[in-house]
Amino acid sequence: MAWFRRSDKGILTPTESKREVPDGLWFKSPGGKIVHTRELKHNAFVVPDEDYHVRIGSKEYFELLFDHNEFKELDPDMESADPLNFTDTKPYLERIRESQEKTELKDAIRTAVGKLNGIDIVIGCMDFSFIGGSMGSVVGEKISRAIDHCLKHRIPLLLISRSGGARMMEAGLSLMQMAKTSAKLALLDEAGIPYISLLTDPTTGGVTASFAMLGDFNIAEPGALIGFAGPRVIRETIGKDLPKGFQSAEFVLDHGFLDFIVDRRNLKNRLTVLLKMLA
Amino acid sequence: MLLDFEKPIAELEAKLEDMKRIAQNSDADVKDAIKALEKKIRQLKKETFENLTGWQRVQLSRHPDRPYTLDYIYEITDDFIELHGDRTVGDDKAMVGGLGTIDGQTYMLIGQQKGRNTKQRQFRNFGMPNPEGYRKALRLMRLAEKFRKPIVTFIDTPGAFPGLEAEQRGQGEAIARNLKEMVRLKVPVICIIIGEGASGGALGIAIGDRVLMLENSWYSVISPENCSTILWRSWDYKEQAAELLKLTAKDMLSLKLIDGIIREPLGGAHTDMKWMAAEIKKTILETTKELSAMDPAERIRQRIDKFCAMGVVKE
Repeated sequence: MAWFRRSDKGILTPTESKREVPDGLWFKSPGGKIVHTRELKHNAFVVPDEDYHVRIGSKEYFELLFDHNEFKELDPDMESADPLNFTDTKPYLERIRESQEKTELKDAIRTAVGKLNGIDIVIGCMDFSFIGGSMGSVVGEKISRAIDHCLKHRIPLLLISRSGGARMMEAGLSLMQMAKTSAKLALLDEAGIPYISLLTDPTTGGVTASFAMLGDFNIAEPGALIGFAGPRVIRETIGKDLPKGFQSAEFVLDHGFLDFIVDRRNLKNRLTVLLKMLA
Repeated sequence: MLLDFEKPIAELEAKLEDMKRIAQNSDADVKDAIKALEKKIRQLKKETFENLTGWQRVQLSRHPDRPYTLDYIYEITDDFIELHGDRTVGDDKAMVGGLGTIDGQTYMLIGQQKGRNTKQRQFRNFGMPNPEGYRKALRLMRLAEKFRKPIVTFIDTPGAFPGLEAEQRGQGEAIARNLKEMVRLKVPVICIIIGEGASGGALGIAIGDRVLMLENSWYSVISPENCSTILWRSWDYKEQAAELLKLTAKDMLSLKLIDGIIREPLGGAHTDMKWMAAEIKKTILETTKELSAMDPAERIRQRIDKFCAMGVVKE
């Protein structure tokens, strides 16, 4: 009767893949379609036929974009401090530690340098699974240094946003990261180095009101929620329901704030064509 | 209107009035008693206002009698010509601006504007600008740059307006663009938080060579009420949230997120508007002198370096 006793733990999903990607063997899309996770992965985490873009994180984007998944991560050990001694229902540092354990990430963004179809590029990608992709000092500082790297080596920048906005637990310091990232982007302007901002689902608050909207090219994934104020706040302000598709990438494109919408499966290709045109 | 912490002072002041009346109508000698009481009031006032909590300062910053942007502008300028419109969509009444002269020097003065009664408050949209407000502000700053006039901004907003049209017209983009453009303005930029400095809506006109806060203003990423709602799902913890956010002028200065504090009269700016305006005027003149002596490129470099140094991380 030993046949049912499992000798290895191979089919347990490792914590690492539990980030934002669907865990388990099957993924059920909001439209009700059930897809095998391996099929999903091979399809750039886009649900086939439905074109629904599953929320993914920096690990998946780096794999999708960097040639052979080869890259050098910048400032990989940078972590949040707790300069304000912020304690609400739990201390901020405890919250950070818990998120770090849960996600195996240091904070809400990873920045790296590598090649995209042979083109040198710096990519910063936010992780929504880390406290809602919120921007505190670490996110601001990592972006700032990533831009320094672009300036020093004269290579283009891609920032992939997926964030609820500024991180409340760093209060005024978080707010100033908006100023800091925008100031650094001004230097990229002066240096004539391209900056592409990819907005993914969701991008709101202080991230929208700073670097995410400041791309030479603002592009977005289909269906992504993009806005300054969140839908709930707006609904409360105006006291009625929001029109269908309000704050979707398509809506934002229609109102003139995006250059184009790109299917994740074509992302690498489109970026290559664009960057080659600018070289 | 009396705030809670002002009541003990008001009670003593009422008592003093009574005493004075008695002194007038009778021969009783209460001179010493009056003097003693006056001293007591002064002391209590000093103690109270020097040790205000974060939340108490938030309350003062929103005091219905607190001077607003245009009050200061009219008080400190000899001439002022208000300029309107963003040249694209409309004229945002929550953001005002124009050219004004202070001691013979022309400035571009810009700021969020609140209203004093119900009708005005609605007209000014409670000091919450739409995207066209931020674009109007930037247009005026560019104009200042063209004519080489220093810029002063007055920040007083509960936030950028979270409305339907605001989103359609790109509230996020409007604020973001201001942040990027303000860091490289060639003329001196002085920003003064005079009341409420809430989040991106405040920051959108607060990128300057010198960012100063009035003693009883507040500046943070979120209002204490909204912070309380997010953390505890209720407004009841706003006092606690105000402490957590370190949003007072003193806290912001010690975190090196602002460059200085402008003193208020004891009791708050509204108790002596003329004094407050004179203090602001003096600060503007001194700061302009200091900034004008610098080379524009150097000024911009220092401005960028200052904002880029903000933040605390562990490595």
